[in-house]
Amino acid sequence: MLPGNRLCPGCALSLAYRHILKALEGQVIVTVPASCLTVLHGMYPVTSVNVPCVNTPFASTGASASGLVAGLKALGKKGLTVLAIAGDGGTHDIGIQALSGAAERQTDFIYICYDNEGYMNTGNQRSGSTPLGAISGTTPILGKQQNQKDITAIMEAHHIPYVATASACHPLDLYEKVKKAKAIKGTRFIYVFTPCPPGWRFPFSDTIKIGELAVQTAWSVLYEIENGVFRLTSASESLARKGNLRPVREFIAVQERFKNITEKQISELQDWVNARWQLCLKRATNS
Amino acid sequence: MGTRDCKHICGESSPSIGEAGKTGEWRSSRPVIDQKKCLPARQNKPACFQCWLYCPEAVVSKTIPVRINLEYCKGCGICVQVCPAQAVTMVNEGEF
Amino acid sequence: MKKANIQILDGNHAAAQGAKLSRVQVIAAYPITPQSPVTEKLSELVEGGNLDAEYIAVESEHSALAVCTSASIVGARTFTATSSHGLAYMHEMLHWVAGTRLPVVLVCVNRAIGAPWNVQNDQQDSISQRDTGWIQIYARNNQEIVDSVIQAYKIAEAVYVPVMVCYDGYILSHTEMPVDVPAQVDVDRFLPPYKPHTILDPSHPRNYNLVTLANPRVNAEGVLCHGYMELRYLLQEALQNSKETIMKVGREFGELFGRSYARMFWEDRLDDADIVIVATGSLAMEAMVAADMLRKEGHKAGVLGLRVFRPFPKSELVRALRKSRLIVVFDKNISYGSEGATCSEIKSALYGSSINAAIRNFIVGLGGRDVKARELAEAVNKSLLSLKEGILNKEYPEWICYI
Repeated sequence: MLPGNRLCPGCALSLAYRHILKALEGQVIVTVPASCLTVLHGMYPVTSVNVPCVNTPFASTGASASGLVAGLKALGKKGLTVLAIAGDGGTHDIGIQALSGAAERQTDFIYICYDNEGYMNTGNQRSGSTPLGAISGTTPILGKQQNQKDITAIMEAHHIPYVATASACHPLDLYEKVKKAKAIKGTRFIYVFTPCPPGWRFPFSDTIKIGELAVQTAWSVLYEIENGVFRLTSASESLARKGNLRPVREFIAVQERFKNITEKQISELQDWVNARWQLCLKRATNS
Repeated sequence: MGTRDCKHICGESSPSIGEAGKTGEWRSSRPVIDQKKCLPARQNKPACFQCWLYCPEAVVSKTIPVRINLEYCKGCGICVQVCPAQAVTMVNEGEF
Repeated sequence: MKKANIQILDGNHAAAQGAKLSRVQVIAAYPITPQSPVTEKLSELVEGGNLDAEYIAVESEHSALAVCTSASIVGARTFTATSSHGLAYMHEMLHWVAGTRLPVVLVCVNRAIGAPWNVQNDQQDSISQRDTGWIQIYARNNQEIVDSVIQAYKIAEAVYVPVMVCYDGYILSHTEMPVDVPAQVDVDRFLPPYKPHTILDPSHPRNYNLVTLANPRVNAEGVLCHGYMELRYLLQEALQNSKETIMKVGREFGELFGRSYARMFWEDRLDDADIVIVATGSLAMEAMVAADMLRKEGHKAGVLGLRVFRPFPKSELVRALRKSRLIVVFDKNISYGSEGATCSEIKSALYGSSINAAIRNFIVGLGGRDVKARELAEAVNKSLLSLKEGILNKEYPEWICYI
């Protein structure tokens, strides 16, 4: 990833992408749909990445990756990782069909979903990952009335060899997970939490703080499931050991996208976070 | 002057630094490192480098002394936040 | 003189044979009536070890073409097949493939589009995609299907424009005919390996299909590169110039296989015809029977069986129709609010020429409605009558149906 690109100052995706490409040591072909990443990649005829890349229409990331894998196999070209990387819009919503199909076919590629919880490239419209109570371009006054869907659980249901969650704000953990995924065959899915300063409305110097707070409140949980075996990692793992979970309210309070959230919604979000965290603890103990 | 000489028949782009221009021009304040506080500078050996790790723009070098490429630094200030030695401060561009 | 290898094949199996003989490397297709046997045959060939290709059982047609796009960028020869709603579903990707200048070959088994549901033949599906930048070729019979698929690869890979080979659902797809299947060794001689213009190599990184601005932009080496409009201009230019390649490839095919395709359309008795019937696909065969009937009635009728719809052979048509005084165009499609697509193209082709023929448009065969040669001949007679009554032009087409 080359400096001087079009991403916002303090962009978590920028940080994540830097470490993802490093973990893959450049031996990669990337496919990218319409997303903030397209913006990073730049405009013809100049690009900000030093790896081969294929841009594909919004709905087709999983299929585009399948095509790269098939083409490489047909031509007998080995040693390259096919990386599909899309936002939550291109993964949870319009791109879910192609992703599901690719995973069901056990396509040998890594799919990374970076989640900034909205269609941020086009100015923050709500997505299937936008949380309850968040203001967006298409939920401008009342905030989103439904909570986000759990894409990692959906991908787990495809019985693929590697499913993990990571965060741009915990780059070493992300780097290790991508490195681990590189060595595994089959469909590997990594979800990367990427806070968005303009979309979530916090100062762009605070990106890392927001990401760390997300883990400390269990809004964002860092784990990996390797062949069905669940384990918490990094700051989530220490949180589980120390038990010093912070209330979700602290995470919500520092983002202006939640300025119209109701007490009832905060309570609902806390319940949801608690239930998910308890399940994670249970799974971590049983593994 | 026509564009045929570029010989492209489809949208084929080549890598370059500064695709968006000199993004250093975006910032209103720049990070300044106090080398007396910076850990690798003090110890004169590789250590810390959290600023390098967390820089979204990859403009911080993993060198002694740590250098920031001001041509492209967007002034986000994350390096200030993550430095354990509080060695980095944001200084208004007006002062340069 | 080549030894004929006659097999009794239906259109779908002919298309599958065409893909097999072309040694396609990546196949991605989603089943849809009446195309499914193409995909089934190909998966049978792959699983049986008779075709060395990656067969990707995609979960939708949009994905089918997305798989072909990426595989083609990597450098593999790709194939897909679809019909009707499937073609409509991949509409966005059709534009994308053409804009990336990839030599993908797609076989469209012509079927009506809903609403309401209809699984039988008409040409609305492929006609609806005529603006996407694909070369479009129609087959009149199963021999032309296998021959056209093989030629499609040679054409596509020479001009870097994708090619759509269309044939009528059920009428051809499910009807068995004798087909002289070319020998693999001859097709290998005819079809060189695919040389992609794209590179996906980490030691030479390139990024394909980034956002492209309205205006030209300078690259890192200071060379002025295209704006969006210039890239699109190049696509149109490629399609205009592809006529030459289509003819050349058709001629080369003829020299090697004994069946020449050096033509944009099939001409039947046009030398002395002043009444010309225009039809596309299998309907062109019915049209010849209709021309026989008209000749018996004393009319000098001929048939122009359109083969290449895109690029539309305007100048060639002007030459072929120079003796006509009545042109009756039968369309198995309609551009709603206007007229049959072929009719509009013909009128456009004749504009500015000295040909002063009356042109009549009839919409026929939608949703698999059977079209009899007798009906075509009667439509011509009806047109002659209206001419006699002094009606020069009709604003909208007539329909041969029960309303």
